[in-house]
Amino acid sequence: MATTEDIRSTLAEIVNDVAGIPAEDVQLDKSFTDDLDVDSLSMVEVVVEAEEKFDVKIPDDEVKNLKTVGDAVAFIERAQA
Amino acid sequence: MSPTTVVVTGLGTTSPLGGDVDSTWEGMLAGRSGANRLEHDWAEQLPVRIAAEVAVEPAEVLDRVKARRMDRSAQFAVVAAQEAWTDAGLPGTELDPERLGVVIASGIGGVTTLLSNYDALLAKGPRRVSPLAVPMLMPNSPAANIGLLYGAQAGVHTPVSACASGNEAISLGIDMIRLGRADIVIVGGTEAAIHPLPMAAFANMMALSKRDDDPALVSRPWDLARDGFLLGEGAGVLVIESAEHASSRGARVYACVAGAGITADSHDIAQPDPAGRGGTRAIARALYDSKLAAGDIQHINAHATSTPQGDIAEGLMIHATLGDAADDVVVTSTKSMTGHLLGAAGALESIATIKALHHRQVPPTINLDDLDPAVELDIATSVRELPDGDIAALNNSFGFGGHNVAIAFTTV
Repeated sequence: MATTEDIRSTLAEIVNDVAGIPAEDVQLDKSFTDDLDVDSLSMVEVVVEAEEKFDVKIPDDEVKNLKTVGDAVAFIERAQA
Repeated sequence: MSPTTVVVTGLGTTSPLGGDVDSTWEGMLAGRSGANRLEHDWAEQLPVRIAAEVAVEPAEVLDRVKARRMDRSAQFAVVAAQEAWTDAGLPGTELDPERLGVVIASGIGGVTTLLSNYDALLAKGPRRVSPLAVPMLMPNSPAANIGLLYGAQAGVHTPVSACASGNEAISLGIDMIRLGRADIVIVGGTEAAIHPLPMAAFANMMALSKRDDDPALVSRPWDLARDGFLLGEGAGVLVIESAEHASSRGARVYACVAGAGITADSHDIAQPDPAGRGGTRAIARALYDSKLAAGDIQHINAHATSTPQGDIAEGLMIHATLGDAADDVVVTSTKSMTGHLLGAAGALESIATIKALHHRQVPPTINLDDLDPAVELDIATSVRELPDGDIAALNNSFGFGGHNVAIAFTTV
């Protein structure tokens, strides 16, 4: 079972690849839009990459609730459980 | 009222000969071919396995994250625009964004993005189609990306007229300045279509050379052994502006864009009019628009793509418009070295025409071993000097669909 830190660090690699944000900046309390400057199209890319990496489904309706990195990590943890 | 004088103050390119204007121009003067054998796995099945890929990959020059949000055609355009913008001395200059325009053409648009997303759709399903696919594949994406980069608000346009697109962009940029809608316009063309589908399509319509020997020998305009064009890729971008604006900021001026002529054949969707009537009218209109006489023209950078029909027709056009003066014109086809950049061709060749006037040197047409007797032109087969004094030159472009655009440039 992946730990919270495993998920965060994999997600950080995806955000870095898609949006060029340094992976160490992608911490649980950071907002994707306000802190990390991830725009809506990049967010879709992050979500699709995350679905493939973590083998989960993140419905479009759910994406608007994933405001912070922590929200996304928590969703993935629940979805994998 | 005499029309506003339009001048060229900046040049930029990324081409099969080099990643900038200097290296491309050096390559042209050296008579170097930019053709290469395609090493991609997908090329093995193709009837044509030679093309002219850019000398410098845009990924080596652009920021990685910005580049991954752009189609290859937009990447080329941005690389060329950055060089032209810097060359024009514009970084740090205070400009009114509402007086800055962009006209960047493309023949085919973001075709590799379209096709790679279709591959993803078939292989992995619709969820894997990129949310960036539309802003990447739309043909106006290169123009829009350049407009965003420099904050252009006077209008951002994308003419699409196949292989005449690049020249049409320059022509529309002249209009924007003459009509008072902009002081500066970033103009040019870009193309990135070296992919198995467009290559198979061009090969199947018998447009591409089927030669499979030395890549450097494939593109051979006016030579008896020519059998089709060599597909190239890249972009050419020019900064043009009103002479008044250029003077007010003390800009270096390469040449005047004296005028342009645009016509349509209305003859056939792919074949040129064998008598070249539409092209003849385009050249005649460019002369009229520029207030130039036939005898003023000392040099022509011809469209001459190395196809059996088109190269002959262009010779007829030049004689029909220039009459006896045609004998004194030094003609060249830089496509013999760069291949055919489709929607970028007119822009890259306008840069070559401007450099030829600026340095008074015409680059050679390579591979012209055995001149087709149906062509009566003085074609440069080595570097030729142009005379001193006020001289003019033409750049011709003709495209599938019957589009013809000639641009006239003069020395300053």
